[in-house]
Amino acid sequence: MAAGPAPPPGRPRAQMPHLRKMERVVVSMQDPDQGVKMRSQRLLVTVIPHAVTGSDVVQWLAQKFCVSEEEALHLGTVLVQHGYIYPLRDPRSLMLRPDETPYRFQTPYFWTSTLWPAAELDYAIYLAKKNIRKRGTLVDYEKDCYDRLHKKINHAWDLVLMQAREQLRAAKQRRKGDRLVIACQEQTYWLVNRPPPGAPNVLEQGPGRGSCAASRVLMIEYFRKALGRTRVKSSVCLEAYLSFCGQRGPHDPLVSGCLPSNPWISDNDAYWVMNAPTVAAPTKLRVERWGFSFRELLEDPMGRAHFMDFLGKEFSGENLSFWEACEELRYGTQAQVPTLVDAVYEQFLAPGAARWVNIDSRTMEQTLERLRQPHRYVLDDAQLHIYMLMKKDSYPRFLKSDMYKGLLAEAGIPLETKRRVFPFTWRPRHSSPSPALLPTPVEPTAACGPGGGDGVA
Amino acid sequence: MCDQTFLVNVFGSCDKCFKQRALRPVFKKSQQLSYCSTCTEIMATEGLHENETLASLKSEAESLKGKLEEERAKLHDVELHQVAERVEALGQFVMKTRRTLKGHGNKVLCMDWCKDKRRIVSSSQDGKVIVWDSFTTNKEHAVTMPCTWVMACAYAPSGCAIACGGLDNKCSVYPLTFDKNENMAAKKKSVAMHTNYLSACSFTNSDMQILTASGDGTCALWDVESGQLLQSFHGHGADVLCLDLAPSETGNTFVSGGCDKKAMVWDMRSGQCVQAFETHESDINSVRYYPSGDAFASGSDDATCRLYDLRADREVAIYSKESIIFGASSVDFSLSGRLLFAGYNDYTINVWDVLKGSRVSILFGHENRVSTLRVSPDGTAFCSGSWDHTLRVWA
Repeated sequence: MAAGPAPPPGRPRAQMPHLRKMERVVVSMQDPDQGVKMRSQRLLVTVIPHAVTGSDVVQWLAQKFCVSEEEALHLGTVLVQHGYIYPLRDPRSLMLRPDETPYRFQTPYFWTSTLWPAAELDYAIYLAKKNIRKRGTLVDYEKDCYDRLHKKINHAWDLVLMQAREQLRAAKQRRKGDRLVIACQEQTYWLVNRPPPGAPNVLEQGPGRGSCAASRVLMIEYFRKALGRTRVKSSVCLEAYLSFCGQRGPHDPLVSGCLPSNPWISDNDAYWVMNAPTVAAPTKLRVERWGFSFRELLEDPMGRAHFMDFLGKEFSGENLSFWEACEELRYGTQAQVPTLVDAVYEQFLAPGAARWVNIDSRTMEQTLERLRQPHRYVLDDAQLHIYMLMKKDSYPRFLKSDMYKGLLAEAGIPLETKRRVFPFTWRPRHSSPSPALLPTPVEPTAACGPGGGDGVA
Repeated sequence: MCDQTFLVNVFGSCDKCFKQRALRPVFKKSQQLSYCSTCTEIMATEGLHENETLASLKSEAESLKGKLEEERAKLHDVELHQVAERVEALGQFVMKTRRTLKGHGNKVLCMDWCKDKRRIVSSSQDGKVIVWDSFTTNKEHAVTMPCTWVMACAYAPSGCAIACGGLDNKCSVYPLTFDKNENMAAKKKSVAMHTNYLSACSFTNSDMQILTASGDGTCALWDVESGQLLQSFHGHGADVLCLDLAPSETGNTFVSGGCDKKAMVWDMRSGQCVQAFETHESDINSVRYYPSGDAFASGSDDATCRLYDLRADREVAIYSKESIIFGASSVDFSLSGRLLFAGYNDYTINVWDVLKGSRVSILFGHENRVSTLRVSPDGTAFCSGSWDHTLRVWA
């Protein structure tokens, strides 16, 4: 075989860590004490040493990694598909059969990490050998490749044929067993590197990834700043996960299921109908979620609407409206920024404005100063101030209010609808109108979901 | 074979010395230039003080990094799995494929859910972008992009538009129309322009802003209407492969992961990197915030997924198993954050218990790499897209 090529630029072995890991597994499988049980395999009249059976491979993997047989079979199959283990009897198909089928370990010379990418010249020599040895052993796609290569490297064809003949001659001088093994090894290598049409190409990569120099100066600046940062103790942070997961667990359909049923499992979209953005009777779980955090309340259009009602009763509705107007500014079109800023100023900040918001004097001064050069973040401080006001003051009162308690009491828990047992009553799955069909809503849609087919905003 | 040749190798006249060389992009005060490698080296030494050289910069960076690791370790008083010992173990998980979406003629590279919880948009290697109602498995829209390898796609919050991009180095927005007389491609708006492939894109809270990540090592925030660049984010030393917006109350940050093994958290207003984490051993393919916004998970080619806490400013958990050898291409949390779903390059999906750190379940079904995975907005299911040309919805 011609000498392997030098590793290609761009994505050599370092970028394929899975190959190294597979090699480690395969090496430990061949350990004389701890590895897979080796035996000699009889193929017709030849005896091949160091063969293993498919089922032994699966058992060994299942034991070594403490996984199920299904997973061990999958892992073994991956090893075969990458050419690290090859079948002795039917080398054409790179599959792992969990039975007495004999397999052998590929020689490191042919490992993907050693000899990649495969050279065209080597492939030509391999196909030529096959062709010379027995006419008609080339399969269709191999014949196509052979013809194409013949055209492509026509100038070197004499070299190809000469190399092929030399290799065949050298092979004849080997023992039959060795010849067979080497043929299998070579065949496996080419099955991996030049897969037949229809077979997956395991060596296929996505578009090339590169690197450019990172500025060391920027990094040093970042490190210096980061050293001065305040951190929180791990125990505090981790406890927070426990309480978050614990609180949300019952609301997580994949963890706790959902009532009346998960639409994907039952083919019944009742769950979505009941939880549409605006619905007459929100479910209990949904109303509960409004109590989890202020953000959760605002993100739900119904929750936000009820909160707005509540604020109205307390004559502080302008706070939420101001916050919504600021969101519209922040996430709006660049071209609209000056207009929106003016509108917000007129409505909420100007002295004597119709819906004047109560911001502390310092923030108000700074904001008014900045308004001379409006940009989309110019109201951030004021917005944050009002947000915190609502969060710390109005929101807790909302949760304690009769209004909220009433909503919670009225909210129902849907009954479970079991999946239909009879498979032949095929239930058509309801389609729903696409949000793209709805007329554009008039109100600002910042942080709001679409109608989803249930009423226009 | 030809798919391998899309590395952008610019060869031309260096902007500094004007010699004909292989060029790389270099940023000077947010302006992009093309320098040859010699001039890049020289530029790196500019602005150095008297005693500084490239070598001294490198050693200073290294020593600061070491000090930072020490500081981070000081407040690390307990491990997550220790704290999670008193949490009840999860029961047996039976998740199956509930829908299989067939229609792409080539590898599916990316997908995103619509806020209506049932529609999805998916993009593939052959340039096709399809919008499906995955509940009924009907295709609703299809667009053919002028480029191959459409690696990023996103659904607008209103459900009225989609964004996508890939090897064309751009991010384009298509308004969705049901009008049979209108050609969707005609109304296409070209929004983002990068100098290398687009790897990820996401709308912010409205249809009017898009955040993009690119193989040119930068992320950028764009105004959709005008195509204006609102902010750019520099700092990654290699291709940026993924990004995710923070679900925080003040909505100001996002995280990105790249080929430089770093995950970086950015302030959208100032363009500054506020936190960076570098513990992975290989490219970070996917980042996703924990639902509370206090942490994020990452999936990498080193076959591990990791959880980073933003308040503790450190990695707090690693999700790995000896039998998992192939890289994780895509990760997402369930609604409560208790489960982490990760799609791998060995065709499987592993489900992890985020708190206990153990693997809850392994899902087989795809016949080639899992390239993308997202949990639906209401958490009732998750969808995975694969190089086997299909998408599957699991529940």
